[in-house]
Amino acid sequence: MATPLVDMRNISIAFGGVQAVDDVSLDLHAGEVVGLLGHNGAGKSTLIKCLSGAYRPDSGEIWIDGKKADIASPRDARHYNIETIYQTLALADNLDAPSNLFLGREITNAFGLVDDARMEAETRKIMSRLNPNFKKINEPVSALSGGQRQSVAIARAVYFNARILIMDEPTAALGVHESKMVADLIQELKAQGLGIFLISHDTREMMELCDRVAVMKNGQLVAAAKVEDVTEDDILSMIILGKKPDHLAA
Amino acid sequence: MTDTSTEDAATRPAPPPGAPRRGFFQSLEIDVRLLGMIAAFVLIALAFNYSTGGRFLTPRNVFNLTIQTVSVAIMATGMVFVIVTRHIDLAVGALLATCSAVMAMMQTRWALELFDLSLGDPMLAWIAIAAGVVVGGVIGAFQGWLIGYLTIPAFIVTLGGLLIWRNVGWYLTNGQTIGPLNDTFQLFGGINGTLGVTWSWVVGLIAAALTLLILWNARRTKVAHGFPVKPMWAEAVVAGLIVVGILGLVAMLNAYEVPERVLERDFAARGLEVPEGYTAGYGLPYSVLLLIAVAIVMTVVAQRTRLGRYIFATGGNPDAAELSGINTRLLTVKVFAIMGVLVALAAVVASARLTNHTNDIGTLDELRVIAAAVIGGTALSGGIGTIYGAILGALIMQSLQSGMAMVGVDAPFQNIVVGAVLVNAVMIDIAYRTEAIRFLAGLVIVAEVTLILWAFYTPIWALLFLGIAGGALVLARMRRIV
Ligand SMILES: Nc1ncnc2c1ncn2[C@@H]1O[C@H](COP(=O)(O)OP(=O)(O)OP(=O)(O)O)[C@@H](O)[C@H]1O
Ligand SMILES: [Mg+2]
Repeated sequence: MATPLVDMRNISIAFGGVQAVDDVSLDLHAGEVVGLLGHNGAGKSTLIKCLSGAYRPDSGEIWIDGKKADIASPRDARHYNIETIYQTLALADNLDAPSNLFLGREITNAFGLVDDARMEAETRKIMSRLNPNFKKINEPVSALSGGQRQSVAIARAVYFNARILIMDEPTAALGVHESKMVADLIQELKAQGLGIFLISHDTREMMELCDRVAVMKNGQLVAAAKVEDVTEDDILSMIILGKKPDHLAA
Repeated sequence: MTDTSTEDAATRPAPPPGAPRRGFFQSLEIDVRLLGMIAAFVLIALAFNYSTGGRFLTPRNVFNLTIQTVSVAIMATGMVFVIVTRHIDLAVGALLATCSAVMAMMQTRWALELFDLSLGDPMLAWIAIAAGVVVGGVIGAFQGWLIGYLTIPAFIVTLGGLLIWRNVGWYLTNGQTIGPLNDTFQLFGGINGTLGVTWSWVVGLIAAALTLLILWNARRTKVAHGFPVKPMWAEAVVAGLIVVGILGLVAMLNAYEVPERVLERDFAARGLEVPEGYTAGYGLPYSVLLLIAVAIVMTVVAQRTRLGRYIFATGGNPDAAELSGINTRLLTVKVFAIMGVLVALAAVVASARLTNHTNDIGTLDELRVIAAAVIGGTALSGGIGTIYGAILGALIMQSLQSGMAMVGVDAPFQNIVVGAVLVNAVMIDIAYRTEAIRFLAGLVIVAEVTLILWAFYTPIWALLFLGIAGGALVLARMRRIV
């Protein structure tokens, strides 16, 4: 089998007394979508934040392309072409969509000054693909609806040629139509060879979009399995009971 | 993702296609807050001019007003960055004293020995200024490091700084007044260094031409990218207002004539006599030019550089900034270093204006500077603020203070008014953004005006006002307008 794009080995992290992630190992291949499921507080966001550089794990290693990676900050993660859509969206509310989309990676002109016009043009281009109804380009994102904010966060993650994409509940605030567009986008990015970690509570959606699903409970990994090998009921019982179905245990 | 613009269209009558109906001010695309501040400033100026019988808007007073505003205005532009990143700097007045002390000692003692210069050498001024700027920048950066890297709250660090730096200044000078300062140094004080009529016009015209160029360029860029632009007439109105403003100020400062005895002294110094009928205007002071330069640089930093973008992003959402790869700790150091450098420049202007360094220089300036930034629309919750707003805020504060002094308002009462204006300005700003408090804010203002009328005019007028304004407010409330 080919070397995985991402290989997280024995990741553990605790906050005070809470063991948020407990010895979790999980990998991701190019052109693959891996779904992360689990109850609220299971540790899904915390696990992927170790990959995105937001947290440093207490122990464990992350390997990228077969090489040990040192991800100490979000900036490091960007160097590995890891892009993240955070559950909290992580937008600066007082700035407009283009400023948020390019935050930390502004386009500058010959004098080193930020080129707002070009960033706006690029934003209009990508938004017309992601959400054609999006019109409030020049307003602070605090004036946007939850779904519009979410599309700004998605645009920011897919604009910069990510190789590894982390999506923490990207469709939580989206309408049916817009969720469908994100699903299409995921398929498209996957076909381009990106590896995608997707977090969602919608089991049916996960069965459709993912190649594999991984279930967490109380910080531990219950199991990871190909979607073909499990039913929706299997997944639900893993989430609720934290038990591997018998036919997988074999 | 429901698009709100379609929701708006549903609740509002649609404008005729191709001809979007927009209000006058909407077409101008001027910030409402800026408009409000300018209106407030004009109102204050006209009111004082009326109650002083026309003495407020004379060239002489406008000249004095501008040079008195410069020091606080320079610092206020830096305070915008500090407050936008959710910090505060209580040490600016004290740091100004330290910078002023260093510069005064440098040009009257230290540099004389160090570089073997004689008193009166123009080089002394530049050495002193350089030393002051370095000291201000380093102390600012150090405070920023304590705040950013050691995570001590800015309030505490700069509260400590308030006590420390004023007394460091005291030790540097042994508590003595140092002066007179170098002649070249004094050029930055205001009246002792002005451009004269001709050069003031040249600078004014260049500034006006640059403004037009910038506006035209911005429009061209928008058209090139196919973005919507405002109508040509709106563009012309905005450009016209700015040009009239610039040239009007220059005309006013040029109209302030150098008194005869000063002319006589200047000519006598060159061994000449004043020719018959000779007059000269002061024109733009160098200190005002310095403020304009600071304003331009700070505006460019705020709006067109990555540093500025990161300052505002961090103020809006520090976590998001951090997750976007911004080093927010280093950013804090930079913001406070900028503040320190600006304090040093303000110290040049302040001490040059007094012609010597005194121990109490800059006392209470931290409050004036913070008030100027806040009156200028900088939100203490972070992420919001403009450079021009802070400068206007400083101008409004100074106008109030000198206007009241001219009218003969008692000193204690002057402070009461300034304090009340500060709180009211912030209240109006919040009410402008938050519908929920508009009615209450309206009630507060009606109550205040009633009280003022009662105390200073007659109870009849007060009651009349209360009846009309209060009634209108309650009516508006019932109709759900506020
Ligand atoms: N910054 C933090 N400080 C302290 N505790 C934290 C922090 N972040 C997460 N935790 C704790 O770690 C555990 C895992 O949280 P996490 O956000 O990873 O859950 P999750 O699986 O993403 O849940 P959800 O489905 O609700 O998003 C929780 O018990 C949470 O309280
Ligand atoms: Mg989560």
